[in-house]
Amino acid sequence: MKKSVWSGVLLVLLAMSLVLAACGKNNSSVPASGGETNTSAEGGEIKVGILHSLSGTMAISEVSVKDAEMMAIEEINAKGGVLGKKLVPVVEDGASDWPTFAEKARKLISEDKVATVFGGWTSASRKAMLPVFEELNGLLWYPVQYEGLESSPNIFYTGATTNQQIVPSVTWLLENRGKKFFLLGSDYVFPRTANKIIKEQLKAEGGELVGEEYTPLGHTDYSTLISKIKEADPDIVYNTLNGDSNVAFFKQLKDAGITAKDLTTLSVSVAEEEIRGIGTDVLEGHLAAWNYYQTTDTPENKTFVANYKKAYGEDRVTADPIEAGYIAVYLWAAAVEKAGSTDVAAVKEAAKGLEFNAPGGKVTIDGDNQHIYKTVRIGEVQADGQFKEIFATDGPVKPDPYLKGYDWAASLSAE
Amino acid sequence: MDVTILQMFNGLSVSSILLLIALGLAITFGLMNVINMAHGELIMIGAYATYVTQTLFKDLFPEAMFGWYFVAAIPVSFMAAFLLGLLLEFSLIRFLYGRPLDSLLATWGVALVLQQLARTVFGAPNVAVTSPEWLNGGLTVMDGLVFPYKRIFIIGLVAATLFVMYLYIYRSHAGRRMRAVMQNRDMAACLGVSTRRVDALTFAIGSGIAGIAGCALTLMGPIGPSLGTYYIVDAFMVVVLGGVGKLIGTVIGAVGIGMTNTLFEYWTTASLGKVLVFLCIVAFLQWKPKGLVAMRTRSLDS
Repeated sequence: MKKSVWSGVLLVLLAMSLVLAACGKNNSSVPASGGETNTSAEGGEIKVGILHSLSGTMAISEVSVKDAEMMAIEEINAKGGVLGKKLVPVVEDGASDWPTFAEKARKLISEDKVATVFGGWTSASRKAMLPVFEELNGLLWYPVQYEGLESSPNIFYTGATTNQQIVPSVTWLLENRGKKFFLLGSDYVFPRTANKIIKEQLKAEGGELVGEEYTPLGHTDYSTLISKIKEADPDIVYNTLNGDSNVAFFKQLKDAGITAKDLTTLSVSVAEEEIRGIGTDVLEGHLAAWNYYQTTDTPENKTFVANYKKAYGEDRVTADPIEAGYIAVYLWAAAVEKAGSTDVAAVKEAAKGLEFNAPGGKVTIDGDNQHIYKTVRIGEVQADGQFKEIFATDGPVKPDPYLKGYDWAASLSAE
Repeated sequence: MDVTILQMFNGLSVSSILLLIALGLAITFGLMNVINMAHGELIMIGAYATYVTQTLFKDLFPEAMFGWYFVAAIPVSFMAAFLLGLLLEFSLIRFLYGRPLDSLLATWGVALVLQQLARTVFGAPNVAVTSPEWLNGGLTVMDGLVFPYKRIFIIGLVAATLFVMYLYIYRSHAGRRMRAVMQNRDMAACLGVSTRRVDALTFAIGSGIAGIAGCALTLMGPIGPSLGTYYIVDAFMVVVLGGVGKLIGTVIGAVGIGMTNTLFEYWTTASLGKVLVFLCIVAFLQWKPKGLVAMRTRSLDS
């Protein structure tokens, strides 16, 4: 009888820890939406949804984006709102759990009748929400760089697609840092798709692939992987790890005696916020590719950084997805003003070609694929935890989520 | 050749980390039979205690002293987790003895509460702990072969912790009382041992050791609210594989998992390596359901 008890307990534990890792918890405070549900455009207010993980593993990143979106809403309200109506945010917690994102998205659209939703971080959460928005004809503003190969009529993508982050950074690395690439990523959709693209690009542009490794999300021991990197002896480690694994990887890389001087690493998921959690002593000299840094030199950015720090504390930092969340609110508000209504079809029509002077420079909505034109920047981590820009494209780059403008990518977008 | 030696060392290092995170659990789960899902969060408390110690040293002491914060952080982490363990035992665990599955659910709840507490107090993003200067760098064994000091330090810390635990459990009066209670509670009580006090102390010590683990992990990995979730499965694996109730089983379990994991990961990939290790463990437990070293006692069979 006793024999199988421990195996049983083991299985239960496994299952529970997986659930735990995936969903964290649900008891964070969510402001109650107004008493009765009224349609968004009625009365003196417009309801907008904010749907990010405020608990669970992704809370580390998404809470700051929520803060930026709330700040944009407050700023817009302070200037008199949209169409003379105040914006009222309805905040929901996606709890780092993809089905929860879909469920909360449905609730925001059907019950709260919000005019639009700002939210999501991981590609998995976006993919979970996408069918809901398409079915109910809602509108989602997604603020994070992602793997491309998607263009939903119900989503506006304010983060970079691959040709606005990964593709130009690989080209730059090939020209400036070396040919031998080692691809390291977390084991899920974004790194795998991104690396598929990079491999095609390396073939086309004369690079060499010396290794490709994936580790489970939340992996904490990189000693073996670092041995593999040493053996492969690459010029560049292209890092698509996500979340806490970055901390373990960079700490252990430094311990193994490998610094930025010995090996170039370029990360696509390490921004100012992550640097604070990893430690600048560990990261100094390593590279990252984004569209915006806290140090980006525009007048809009000075105001944005100052306001953000004033609202949430001097020790807070801004970063690319935070800026993308912030401009999403402004772009939507501008589109609504132009359309004269919050109707989804009208807003989409009005959004075409809309321009906005964002903290990271001027952005323009591409009418065809609902992504935005963005400037691509490569930055180097400095001792103070900020990036120094070492490369930037001449101007905003046209979004090309299916990489149609690249011959070598033909086999990718065909899939 | 270099790589073989390095991988041996990496395996040993991974084993030592596994052992460190599992030692506390070997007491709370192994000896006391409490399926303590909050074990990971006790590790987290230790990590945050180290962070707080570091910040205090930065603010209060001259810069030359900063390197020594880590020495202070070890007892501080132990005490922080020890006191929390004591509180947990007093307020919750003591009502759950003999009901392992209830303790699983209750401590899981505790784990969630502690995670959100950390998120409220320290914020959702990770915090950074600057490792002391004397732990940076590594021992160059031969050209191109470096053993990081931090990993050597953790191996030493585990050995020391293990030694102290051995002395306590097998060579001290308090340890003898503890073993007596765990093996036959009624008899121990009849002979005048205060089982309440022994229970509380034992659980708190197990928690405190989790705190030490948290302190050591700040050297290697992230320090954030979800830190505990990354280690909890591994910790249970080690204790279950090792066999419930004996320290030596935990040691063998940790070395076994650490070594095979490193090997598999080197031969295949990180994800597949982990799967293979899980498969091996499941297969092994089919063959020996009580783990590597089974303790024969009536109380565990009841």
